[in-house]
Amino acid sequence: MSESPPEQPRHVETRGAAPEVGYRNRARAAWHSQSQERRWAIVIGAELLLAILLGLPDTSLGIGVALVAALFWLPKVTPIPWRLVAEAAILAIAGAIAGAGKAPWSLPFVLAIAFAAWWIPTRYRRWAIPLLVILAVVFYPFYLQRLFEMPLFGPFPDQSTAVVMLVFIMMAVGLNIVVGYAGLLDLGYVAFYAMGAYTAAWFASLQFAEHTWHFGAVGVSPTLAGFHVSIWLLLILAALLTAMTGVLIGLPTLRLRGDYLAIVTLGFGEILPQVARNGDNFFGTGFNLTNGPNGITPIDSPGWGNRISDATGGFLPSNYLQCCDRTLLGHQVSSADVFFWTALVLLGITVFCSLRLRDSRLGRAWVAIREDETAAAAMGVPLMRTKTWAYATGAFFGGIAGAYYGSFKSATFPGDFFFNISVFILCMVILGGMGNVWGVIVGAAFLSYLDREGLANTGSWINSNINIGGWHPNIDVPLYASGIYGAIILIVMLFRPEGLIPSRRRAMEFHEGVHDEPLYDSTGS
Amino acid sequence: MTTEASRHPLASLPRLPSGAGSVGLLFVALLLFWLAVNFVKTPADFVEVFLIGITTGCVYALVALGYTLVYGILELINFAHGDVFMLGGMVSATLAVSWGLEAGQASLWPLVILILLISMAFCGLLNATIEFIAYRPLRNAPRLAPLITAIGMSFILQNVALAWKGPNYVTAPDVLPTGDVFSIGGVSYTWNKLIVVLITVPVLLALVWLVQRTRQGKAMRATAQDRDASAIMGINVNRTISFTFLIAGALAGSAGLIYALYVTTVRFDQGFQLGLIAFTSAVLGGIGNLPGAVLGAVLIGLVQAFNEGLGWHTPGSDWTQSIVFSILILILVFRPEGLLGEQTPEGG
Repeated sequence: MSESPPEQPRHVETRGAAPEVGYRNRARAAWHSQSQERRWAIVIGAELLLAILLGLPDTSLGIGVALVAALFWLPKVTPIPWRLVAEAAILAIAGAIAGAGKAPWSLPFVLAIAFAAWWIPTRYRRWAIPLLVILAVVFYPFYLQRLFEMPLFGPFPDQSTAVVMLVFIMMAVGLNIVVGYAGLLDLGYVAFYAMGAYTAAWFASLQFAEHTWHFGAVGVSPTLAGFHVSIWLLLILAALLTAMTGVLIGLPTLRLRGDYLAIVTLGFGEILPQVARNGDNFFGTGFNLTNGPNGITPIDSPGWGNRISDATGGFLPSNYLQCCDRTLLGHQVSSADVFFWTALVLLGITVFCSLRLRDSRLGRAWVAIREDETAAAAMGVPLMRTKTWAYATGAFFGGIAGAYYGSFKSATFPGDFFFNISVFILCMVILGGMGNVWGVIVGAAFLSYLDREGLANTGSWINSNINIGGWHPNIDVPLYASGIYGAIILIVMLFRPEGLIPSRRRAMEFHEGVHDEPLYDSTGS
Repeated sequence: MTTEASRHPLASLPRLPSGAGSVGLLFVALLLFWLAVNFVKTPADFVEVFLIGITTGCVYALVALGYTLVYGILELINFAHGDVFMLGGMVSATLAVSWGLEAGQASLWPLVILILLISMAFCGLLNATIEFIAYRPLRNAPRLAPLITAIGMSFILQNVALAWKGPNYVTAPDVLPTGDVFSIGGVSYTWNKLIVVLITVPVLLALVWLVQRTRQGKAMRATAQDRDASAIMGINVNRTISFTFLIAGALAGSAGLIYALYVTTVRFDQGFQLGLIAFTSAVLGGIGNLPGAVLGAVLIGLVQAFNEGLGWHTPGSDWTQSIVFSILILILVFRPEGLLGEQTPEGG
């Protein structure tokens, strides 16, 4: 590899004629030289094979893959004759799997959905998968019990684990605003998470027992000491406080160039948890802010109060912890379900805001700064203000996530806010695809599931199933979690720097080999 | 962008105190007052702590130089550097245990020097390998890409150490003599502290000689200034960068041995923390600036020692990390070029 390639024009259209350099480009060129029919045939054949293979250990997994394949690939194939062949093959496979497996009732179901997908007009077809996914997630608690066990990763997560996953997904979406949209590397995101959790803890617990002040709190006696504020107000308060912290951190530091910014945020990410750890007695003054390593617990549980609960006919539960004595579609609604749906709504709000922001004037300014800071400044984008907004918005969602997590766990401990968590969230963003909300959600869901349960399950699977000449490994896989994240970061950055599900624009930046050196004198420092 | 004026270490030192500057001066004045009161109250403790600070600073200096060398040539914060140092410490501790080093044995010093060389070679090769695997493919990628890779690499190295030695402290034999070199008025300077300095100083001198006087050093400086131009002039840029990583790793390896013998315990997660402190030192002195890194490291070592050792109104060791990172943030915000001025291709 030659060190200094000749200056290439920066916006070359590389689609079509891929340069024959490197094995990846060669492989890509070989792939594109095939006829389109053959390419589709290969893709669909591979998916069918996968469906059959997965159908062997578990029927519904195979059906699922066949279904997704049908929905996703078929509309893209040229109609005659390949689409007919592929459709018939997928239906046959799905039918065979369903008929041979444990759940023959699913055969008509699969057929119906596949044919429905066939007849949906093309312009609505692109909503089919998102709608299916949203429905599948919302009704998750209903069919969770009947789900199969994933090979290698073990059972699907229960509702409580799912709440934690959703919180992490929220944080990843928030960090994506900073890292993915605006291109500012933030290595201290955990500080915002901690700020949110501690805000919830200060204003909804016994921490400041010398004061007694209640404001819309539910489920606690009105004479209980300490601040007790309604969790819904606290979510907003925490978000605003964290956003303000973000601005305070950002104002002096955002004028630094990219890698210095990363190290400064890392510094804040190390200082705040240490303040939390030592904050039970500030320099011997006896002022107890954070209760030190013991953390603050218990935190009031969320709830809507009796009045709102009655007004909505019990739809919004009055207290989440004592919920709920009713069944819905034959499913006994539990406290964890309610937490799950609330987290889902919060995530929905986060994703909605994130998408709307991306397409707004501000979002386009972020992308402009990310792609070329100097050019953006020359076109009149106010650098400092735009970057500070990115930082504050990212912090805002981190704060919400932290506050909700605190009230869900009913505790905050300084040990929850290590540097590892920052890198963990960054890893989600990188794996999923910087700048693309959907990719980040997928990456975050996968990694947070791995973190909570997947790694432990995988470890026990490896330890019990691998037998090399009488030798059984005995690896404590969760112990090496951070190393696995490190390896994921390394592999993704080396081989697919735009992530698994990239935003097209970001992918082009990575493959053009831009020399984006932010000039920090352009900000006037 | 790099002018002769900004390159001169003293060119930007005198500044009119205005705004943030006067606050900074006030802060420094308070700091000096605090030191002075502590000195008057317990002079013996003060000097003792001062000597400890110098010793710690020496270890930091060796690691900080690695950061500064790499940053100077690639503008990359090599997060994995601290973990390379930690692995060096582990290798040294393991060798010292398995060869049965004992205090006062006749063959002690040859063995220590042998371990030093092994540790330096190991860490140098490791660092160069990391550059080859993780940073070289990303040379033309957006600038944050190798930074993110470096974090990933750091985590991988930590877990390698975790898999190798487990989550507990690895103990090295306490072989350095602890007798007094001198003892004046209750202040004693022990041999192990002097030995740390005695190992550090020759390594530093060799480094300065290498960078300033040899052909390879010239190539390094040229590559740091302008990679493309030096390639045109016939310098093998890839090899020069590899060599820089090798040198940086070797420095980390020597620091690892010193740390293992002086502190006698190493754990898998210590490298990252110490690496961050060392990076702070490099930034404090002016990143890319070799004497600056040493000055910054000694200052940070003193800050840490004073904070943990003095008696009058001291935050204590619970807050060391916060203080060091506050220094880092303040320096980056108010004086990003550091005390002695930064020397990177981009200039100050």
